[in-house]
Amino acid sequence: MMDTKTNIQNNTEMTPVISLKGVNKWYGDFQALSNIDLEIKLKEKIVICGPSGSGKSTLIRCINRLEAHQEGKIHVSGIELHERMKDIDIVRQDIGMVFQNFNLFPHLTVLENCMAGPNWVRGIEKNEAKERAIAMLEQVKIPEQADKYPDQLSGGQQQRVAIARSLCMQPKVMLFDEPTSALDPEMVSEVLDTMIELANSGMTMICVTHEMGFARQVADRIVFMADGEIVEQNTPEEFFNNPQHDRTKVFLDQILK
Amino acid sequence: MFVDTVIEDKALHKPVFLIGLSVTVLAIFFALNFTNTLFGEFLRPVIGDPTESGFFGRLAVSLVLTIIFVLNLLAISFTRLKVQILIVWVELLLLFLAFAYSFDLKMSFIQSRIPLMISRGLFTTIYISAISIVIATVIAVIGAIAKLSNNGFAYAISSFYTSLFRGLPLLLQLFLIYKGLPQLGFMVDAVPAAITALSLCYGAYMTEIFRAGIQSIPKGQWEASRALGFKFNLILRKIILPQAIPIIIPPTGNQFIAMLKDSSLASVLGVWELMYLARTLGQRDFRHMEMLLTAAMIYWALTIVLEVIQARIEKKYKQKS
Ligand SMILES: Nc1ncnc2c1ncn2[C@@H]1O[C@H](COP(=O)(O)OP(=O)(O)O)[C@@H](O)[C@H]1O
Ligand SMILES: [Mg+2]
Repeated sequence: MMDTKTNIQNNTEMTPVISLKGVNKWYGDFQALSNIDLEIKLKEKIVICGPSGSGKSTLIRCINRLEAHQEGKIHVSGIELHERMKDIDIVRQDIGMVFQNFNLFPHLTVLENCMAGPNWVRGIEKNEAKERAIAMLEQVKIPEQADKYPDQLSGGQQQRVAIARSLCMQPKVMLFDEPTSALDPEMVSEVLDTMIELANSGMTMICVTHEMGFARQVADRIVFMADGEIVEQNTPEEFFNNPQHDRTKVFLDQILK
Repeated sequence: MFVDTVIEDKALHKPVFLIGLSVTVLAIFFALNFTNTLFGEFLRPVIGDPTESGFFGRLAVSLVLTIIFVLNLLAISFTRLKVQILIVWVELLLLFLAFAYSFDLKMSFIQSRIPLMISRGLFTTIYISAISIVIATVIAVIGAIAKLSNNGFAYAISSFYTSLFRGLPLLLQLFLIYKGLPQLGFMVDAVPAAITALSLCYGAYMTEIFRAGIQSIPKGQWEASRALGFKFNLILRKIILPQAIPIIIPPTGNQFIAMLKDSSLASVLGVWELMYLARTLGQRDFRHMEMLLTAAMIYWALTIVLEVIQARIEKKYKQKS
């Protein structure tokens, strides 16, 4: 009995939530992604790093199809992403995304920002959406800011609201695109702490970040990109202690200095 | 505007500027020659008969006017900003009224005609403008969305429309609709023709205003909404337009004010609105100025009402964000 249960669990944990096969993407003549193969399993935490312009943002933006890829296949929860799909909104509802510059809705209060998705998109009743929003704001530790507008908050607080806003949709996967890069140094840790807590709660996460401490602590796998390609991917220990490629070594030298 | 915290000396309080200003003003008053006006009469004890006072009389009148003018400026400059604005407003208004009064207006004539001007003229003007404003706004929203869409037809139709209707004089559009459509077999009355022309013309201008407003909202707002699974209509309605509207309001208010006055073009089609009555009511009695000035004051008052409403709305949106 116990065995079969763990087996099933293992099984679901083995099937990838997200898979990219042979993905190529161009901006005009410029190839931003070359031949990307990547699989992410349920509850896995992936950190993507690499020099600026290496295609990290492009890669994760392809996963919820904010960007279109031209070749290869991307599957999310078994659904293939392509330009003729009818249900991209359904897929997107299951993928939370946190942006470098927060992109909160400035005309809505913090609470309304968090209620918008569940209420307008998922059709959840206002009261329930509000309860959920408050619960998520508590999780990111700013319930007391609920009635303020985004521009009344610090950068770190705004980013935590953005995380709460995504979580209110109860996503299966969370994408983070350099969530701490736009923050003042003293606010980085409050956002990272929130992300670590989220990781501990079992969320599947793909994070583009240069916070190597976070990567070491949280990542199951680190993916290193350069020039639109995945150069290598490995566990944190292997990645930091035993990098395989010269480009990885150069990058680590620069970033860990 | 953003006011500096460091105050510079007022130009008016610098002797060089003050002297330069006085000389210039004196020259202007001298050139305009107010000797034979009320001012000359006032100075009769000093200069004698104004008509015979010659160079000395002219200079004396100019000098007195200049002193009054400059002292007035100096006095105002020592008051607070709000008071300054109020005084200058009142003075300019008085000057305007004096200008109007100088036409030897017959007030009883104005009084007898004003009921018709308001009940018929003002009513028609407001009626035409209000309907046109509503239709133009609807056109503008649709036009702006069409211009921003990926649909080739929508874009082509919308850009053709804005190009054409911004490209022709409004008066010409008015005639094309009023005279042209009947030749094609569609009878149009003057008022519907005026409303159509105004709506189409101002709809074209406002399409561009709305498009620019919508485009000024950062791409990140669209991306964040899409990432949450919002559909296009929802994004536009709940996220983009609420942010674009405060940006759109000031130029749109301008358009409304301009349209209110362009509705006077309907008078050439014989519509009994303000302008038409202003031109015709005074004709028989040769009391043109009376009626024209009355219409002017009514248009002005209407505009002020719109300006106040616009300021209110702008303030409301400023508080919100
Ligand atoms: N919308 C775009 N149009 C054209 N080129 C783009 C666009 N977005 C990104 N790029 C290019 O694609 C490359 C990868 O960009 P990006 O994925 O943002 O890199 P990273 O996030 O790793 O810094 C860069 O060279 C960038 O200039
Ligand atoms: Mg990036």
